[in-house]
Amino acid sequence: MKETKNILLVGVGGQGIILVSKILTAGLVKAGYDVKMSEVHGMAQRGGSVSTQVRYGEKVYSPIIGRGQADILVSFEKMEAARWVEYLKPDGKVVVNNYEIPSLPIAIGKAEYPQGVIEALDKVFKTTAIDAGKAAIEVGNIRTQNIVLLGALVKALGLNEVDWVEIIKENLPQKMVDINVKAFQKGMEL
Amino acid sequence: MKKLMSGNEAIARGAYEAGVTIAAAYPGTPSTEILEHMVDYKDVIYSEWAPNEKVAAEVAIGGSIAGSRSLAAMKHVGVNVAADPIFTYAYLGVNGGFVLVSADDPSMHSSQNEQDNRYYAKFAKMAMIEPSDSQEAKDFLVEAYNISEQFDIPVLFRVTTRICHSKSIVELGERQEVGHKPYIKNINKYVATPANAKRLHVVVEERLKALEKFANTSALNKVEYNDTKIGILTASVSYQYAKEVFGDKASYLKLGFTYPLPMDLIREFASKVDTLYVIEELEPFMEEQIKAAGIKCIGKELIPNIYELNPDIVAKAMLNETTEVKSVDVEIAARPPVLCPGCPHRGFFYAISKKKNTVVAGDIGCYTLGAMPPLEGIDTCICMGAGISAAMGMAKSFEVSGRDTKVFGVVGDSTFFHSGITGAIDIVYNKGKMVPVVLDNRITGMTGHQENPGTGKTLMGEDAVEIDIVEVLKSIGYKKVAVVDPCDLKAMNAVIDESMVSTEPYAIVTKRPCILIKGLEPSKVKCQVKTDKCKKCKMCLKVGCPAVFFKDGASYIDKSMCVGCEVCMQVCKFDAIEKVGE
Repeated sequence: MKETKNILLVGVGGQGIILVSKILTAGLVKAGYDVKMSEVHGMAQRGGSVSTQVRYGEKVYSPIIGRGQADILVSFEKMEAARWVEYLKPDGKVVVNNYEIPSLPIAIGKAEYPQGVIEALDKVFKTTAIDAGKAAIEVGNIRTQNIVLLGALVKALGLNEVDWVEIIKENLPQKMVDINVKAFQKGMEL
Repeated sequence: MKKLMSGNEAIARGAYEAGVTIAAAYPGTPSTEILEHMVDYKDVIYSEWAPNEKVAAEVAIGGSIAGSRSLAAMKHVGVNVAADPIFTYAYLGVNGGFVLVSADDPSMHSSQNEQDNRYYAKFAKMAMIEPSDSQEAKDFLVEAYNISEQFDIPVLFRVTTRICHSKSIVELGERQEVGHKPYIKNINKYVATPANAKRLHVVVEERLKALEKFANTSALNKVEYNDTKIGILTASVSYQYAKEVFGDKASYLKLGFTYPLPMDLIREFASKVDTLYVIEELEPFMEEQIKAAGIKCIGKELIPNIYELNPDIVAKAMLNETTEVKSVDVEIAARPPVLCPGCPHRGFFYAISKKKNTVVAGDIGCYTLGAMPPLEGIDTCICMGAGISAAMGMAKSFEVSGRDTKVFGVVGDSTFFHSGITGAIDIVYNKGKMVPVVLDNRITGMTGHQENPGTGKTLMGEDAVEIDIVEVLKSIGYKKVAVVDPCDLKAMNAVIDESMVSTEPYAIVTKRPCILIKGLEPSKVKCQVKTDKCKKCKMCLKVGCPAVFFKDGASYIDKSMCVGCEVCMQVCKFDAIEKVGE
């Protein structure tokens, strides 16, 4: 693969994006890619909008991308997909979790949660909306939503050359492995 | 062995491989994880959270004088705090190698200004090294110690958010067992009297000349010749952006050693390319010096000096290329960072925001978020410590101008030890008619939970003396130090009211641990709205808790977020919020 691929993971502080990017990058490194990943800490973790960028290919220079350059946007929260969508290439894909977390201005009635986000995304980009929360509950733990989304991301990118189950085993505590493997497989099926 | 590492992790690894034995820092984004990872090597490196950056720098300087390879790390504004010892240490020179890591934050992802600390190298007359990825962060740090000892000079190791918080693949090396240099008393070198300083300034200038010569041949500076129509001089992460945009369609002079600049090397490179471009983030630090040396180049005419760069910005600036961007037709609400559900600061800010005719000077930390709507409980935020001392100035100004406004000065526990303590002394000493407030949540919160002198633990995980803020304030001379649980609004209000009429020095310490502290038992008690009793007055929304929301004409509390702090319950006038799950 000559061309560098760009993944943008976005959501709200506390949704487990860092863990997903850790597993994702570990898998990509194992597959022999050059990998760079960039994240922003600090202020962002207090319930703010967060983003992590992962780039992989034969040789990666910049750790970050600008607007119009992501191959895929994985949004852990619905409204965040719309916030970050300008970072996608015109032919980029969206994987969006059909899950709402109202921000404070919405919670206190100063703003409205946007309606029709998924429809609007679908009009412009190839969009896959999944209900990671429902899938995670079916698996047995709502907190595995992030790994469901990892499964959906791996499927969308066709990253089949990596043994993801093995990578999950290496990066999670023993007692969390089974349920997260199930969540990952569920995400692959959605 | 290869490993995916953040720049900060790689700096800690570099310190290990360089044979560092002393490391000190005060936490600050994006530098914090350097010392957090230093603990991975605690068998061979002593590391500490110092109360502030000046102390951190001085501890590392002392370590260096005594013969250890030493490191101090801080965010860009921290270097302002540490500047005093740094400037003089550049005159004295080192014994064991000394490196000051400055982590700058272009685009201010988590900072109050966008200062470009490369100027500190020129200003203080230190050598400067800038890595462009994690591998270089590790390797160049090892080289920084060699240079520091070879040229008897402190080295400024300057990184930025995208170096610190980006991960890339690093090939690990072995630790150099450099040991400790013998400490030999040397008054002429280590005592900065005017007489010594006068002599040393001459030495400093000679040192810089020798360093410039060295820079011209240093392996840290690399020339890559491709097509010579475009020649790009760049450093740090900007090199990666330039490579991303131009690939092998341009020639590069990529600098890792950036002060003093290798002017001969630059002149030679400039002569071999048609046009020399300088691609650097923030200020024209290199460009100004290159132009002053009479070398023609193009820099800030094209490249913006505000905010961080990325490949897209570089392409647009240099090639006038615009990327096609598609947006969607949705109106998005803002998602600002907020005080967490159950945050102990909420109670104080709610209470103070209801007091008429008050002004609250704030400080740096999670509590800065108390300025956000709906709480709006803070009037100012400047730097660490100013929460107390700027409040003192405001109180004096109101006193002089005859304005009857009560001033409160807010700091956290970590920032109290950082530099709030000196402001607290000023108030008593100079009869300030204002109230210092220490919001003690038992941890350094915003940077992700570091220990501090009040927590009873050290960075290396050892038990420590827990310095008692209340006793410190009493010993300074505060006649009344009120200790209160900020989430008990009645008590919080009573304390604020009492402080406003007190004629003696009065300080407030709110005590309640951050809800995110690891190991704290999560509360089983939650708050819940009794829908039949809710009058839809929206009072509960005024506490600004992310768990409380208004939907379809009624208030609700998200059980998954609520930690049962009961602040919303206390503001409800209709008893429509109850506790469940006891």
